[in-house]
Amino acid sequence: MNRIPLHPVARTLQIQVLRHNPMDPASKPRLQTFEVEEADAMTLFIALNEIREQQDPSLQFDFVCRGGICGSCGMIINGRPGLACRTLTKDLPQRITLAPLPAFELIGDLSVDTGRWMRGMAERLETWIHSEGLERLDVDAMEQVMEPALAEEIYELERCIECGCCVAACGTAQMREDFVGAVGLNQITRFRLDPRDERTDAEFYALVGNESGVFGCMTLLGCEDYCPKNLPLATQIAFLRRRMASTA
Amino acid sequence: MQIIYTDVLVIGGGLAGQRAAIGAKRRGHDVIVLSLVPAKRSHSAAAQGGMQASLGNCLGAAGDNEDIHFNDTVRGSDWGADQDVVRMFAHTAPKAIRELAAWGVPWNRVERGEHEITVDGRKTIISEPDAAHGLITSRNFGGTEKWRACYVSDGTGHAMLYTLSNQAIAANIPVHERMEALALIHADGRCHGAIVRNLVTGALLAYVAKATCIATGGFGRIYRVSTNAIINEGMGAAIALETGVAALGNMEAIQFHPTATFPAGILVTEGCRGDGGLLLDAREHRFMPDYEPEKKELASRDVVSRRMEEHIAAGHGVRTRFGEHLWLDIRLLGANHINTRLREVQEICQYFLGIDPVRELIPVRPAQHYSMGGVRTDHRGASPQLQGLFAAGEAACWDMHGFNRLGGNSVAETVVAGMIVGDAIADYCDSAAGELIVSTSLVSLFGQRESRRLAQITSGGTENAFELTRLMQETMTNQVGIFRHRDRLEAAVATLQQLVRRSHNIGLRSNAPGANPELVAAYRLQRMLKLALCVAYGALQRTESRGAHYRADYPRRDDLNWMRRTLARWPGEETELPSLDYEALDILRMELPPGWRGYGARDYIEHPDTALRQQQIDRILAGLPGADRHARQQALMPFRHLLPEHLRNDNQRLGEEA
Repeated sequence: MNRIPLHPVARTLQIQVLRHNPMDPASKPRLQTFEVEEADAMTLFIALNEIREQQDPSLQFDFVCRGGICGSCGMIINGRPGLACRTLTKDLPQRITLAPLPAFELIGDLSVDTGRWMRGMAERLETWIHSEGLERLDVDAMEQVMEPALAEEIYELERCIECGCCVAACGTAQMREDFVGAVGLNQITRFRLDPRDERTDAEFYALVGNESGVFGCMTLLGCEDYCPKNLPLATQIAFLRRRMASTA
Repeated sequence: MQIIYTDVLVIGGGLAGQRAAIGAKRRGHDVIVLSLVPAKRSHSAAAQGGMQASLGNCLGAAGDNEDIHFNDTVRGSDWGADQDVVRMFAHTAPKAIRELAAWGVPWNRVERGEHEITVDGRKTIISEPDAAHGLITSRNFGGTEKWRACYVSDGTGHAMLYTLSNQAIAANIPVHERMEALALIHADGRCHGAIVRNLVTGALLAYVAKATCIATGGFGRIYRVSTNAIINEGMGAAIALETGVAALGNMEAIQFHPTATFPAGILVTEGCRGDGGLLLDAREHRFMPDYEPEKKELASRDVVSRRMEEHIAAGHGVRTRFGEHLWLDIRLLGANHINTRLREVQEICQYFLGIDPVRELIPVRPAQHYSMGGVRTDHRGASPQLQGLFAAGEAACWDMHGFNRLGGNSVAETVVAGMIVGDAIADYCDSAAGELIVSTSLVSLFGQRESRRLAQITSGGTENAFELTRLMQETMTNQVGIFRHRDRLEAAVATLQQLVRRSHNIGLRSNAPGANPELVAAYRLQRMLKLALCVAYGALQRTESRGAHYRADYPRRDDLNWMRRTLARWPGEETELPSLDYEALDILRMELPPGWRGYGARDYIEHPDTALRQQQIDRILAGLPGADRHARQQALMPFRHLLPEHLRNDNQRLGEEA
């Protein structure tokens, strides 16, 4: 059995949700509190579904994998961005406040449009392998070799799930709508590291060598503090800034 | 109602859908992908342990090739698969993985020199040769003769999906996110696109297309305990079924994964056992060798799951207040291995179970995992009944898995199918048959019908959609699970039919403008119930045990009567049961005639054609002394002509020329 202990005293959680439905002209942003009996090993995924099924079927939120790997359920949990699906209520106080991630367009209640934001970032930074002849690839031939350690290094940066927590935690992103965020800068370091990508530093500089890119970062480190995948974001940004400064 | 026109409409933004989209786009057709969620959040991302492709690079894979992959897959399917399709798949998988390697997937690579590995509970040292250094490596998985699962740590699906999604973005393929197809537009045996609901605004719109491809994944959420993402509700298969024309194949073939965390049902990869992890019971006894001396923990998933449940039923489970479970032990793999090769598993244990798998045992029990069945198509992904309709990936039944899928064959299938079906779609669009002749009045008719169906739900009944969904899921988990029996299946069918009736009387408590999650739950439930009935009724009618379909009252595989694929159609809105018919699998055309799988039950009812076919095969091969393996294969069951031309060549390997 899982070893997550029951809370010593059975608790009634008070879950306060910042609610607003932009589709409803009558809706005004408001805080609504729901009471939920805490259960063993309860996550916010379980609690929010229970609220929707038993108390308020109009409550909007996003879950997909409910296993911490798809990045759908980023929200502000007691003031900090995090993945709701893997947040255990026993780690939270009895009073829990949930709000949608800032910096993304609100769809309703706790649901925000990270998809459009991330697609825009990917298009702008061209987050794909740039290589001559990809469309005329000889797929019958052996694959190109790669050093095992390098493949693992690339995967370290590839683990990003585009949940948006780093953007929500970023001071610059709140002030500059066009800031690509740690998620975007991490993509640049990932493709820069990859020998299959033929882009030069000068080309990467053209993508992020400005205030909406790597020079917009104020080194507040919120991105790294709240990254659910513990990606070394601050190190990547610092590294990229040095490279870009010397490229300029 | 807004109408959007495109050449190709792909419903589903996972690996299969996006790869098919790229294929059709490259051939010069406009493609739109619809997705319930941002494409990178699709359930493909959840594939952990690996993708099967017979590269044969590392020591454990040495000597591997398409022939062995083919044999493993057919045995895994318990001879339910279409062997032409399995051949096409095994042949294309190395090409698919090499394409993905060039596109940017950071596959783990072979490292030359000595390595410590764990085999059968013991540490041993192997040494990888210089020649393989830097090539794509692979790990052991269940039901396979070779180490064939190529991997990116245990985030294989994530890495594949991100790479493929980024290539689709590079190809400028639009993904219309938060869009749900509610019905296929069709008339006179021809599909013209879909009626779609915007999951932000709630508005209905129509997409009209020459070709429509369903790539919506599985329907695991008709079960209460499933490793599937919560969006895996099978809407793609359901809207194909609701045409009354397209058929679903082998819906009763449901896979249960041996190692889902208990009780939440979150997947823990087969790679844990492939890398040397063990299954233990309440006394911490390793029980699998007692049941399966040949393959032990690495028999196929259907066999391991059944043995686990059998062992629990015999009183050896760990008892808890949620029920019983068994243990997965990966402690013997060591901290370094777990923290590099099994890091998602480590995170899942840490966050959801509060344990450290380096030091502690993982509580596991089998849970619903995969839908072998789906939209019935031919070997190129086209629906035989509804022209212009295609399907790929888990949503489809072109039938490469038969009654049990091997681990690592599904992510491989997604990209392989995407390559083949994308090409078939392009061929269709280029052909005279692909020309679109559709009237907007037909489109409106379908739009009005969906509009009425939604209005019927919102007009007020007394039933609760969430409650009925829970009842359906519990019925499926309790009565249509790993061990099936006539009595329980009959009860399940009756309960589901009652739920169908009750689902016509759903009332909503919320009329919030926008998507309205309660309305979404209600209309999905009505469709999921039809899928559930196809599963339960198909299972009731199939009076044999084959692969994952196990009938306690018919425990033997029955080749004599059941070398047949189930086809389910939904005759009309008023009916409460699918109509079933069957198509035969011809043993006399098989490259590998039925036999023992190499694990699991040994006795089965033989078909007379089996011996006949074996004689034919022996005679054909005796007439080809000195022929190479390709020529021998070609003589038994030629398949390359079924593939698009650019995918027909031999695959190059270490020590084997292309």
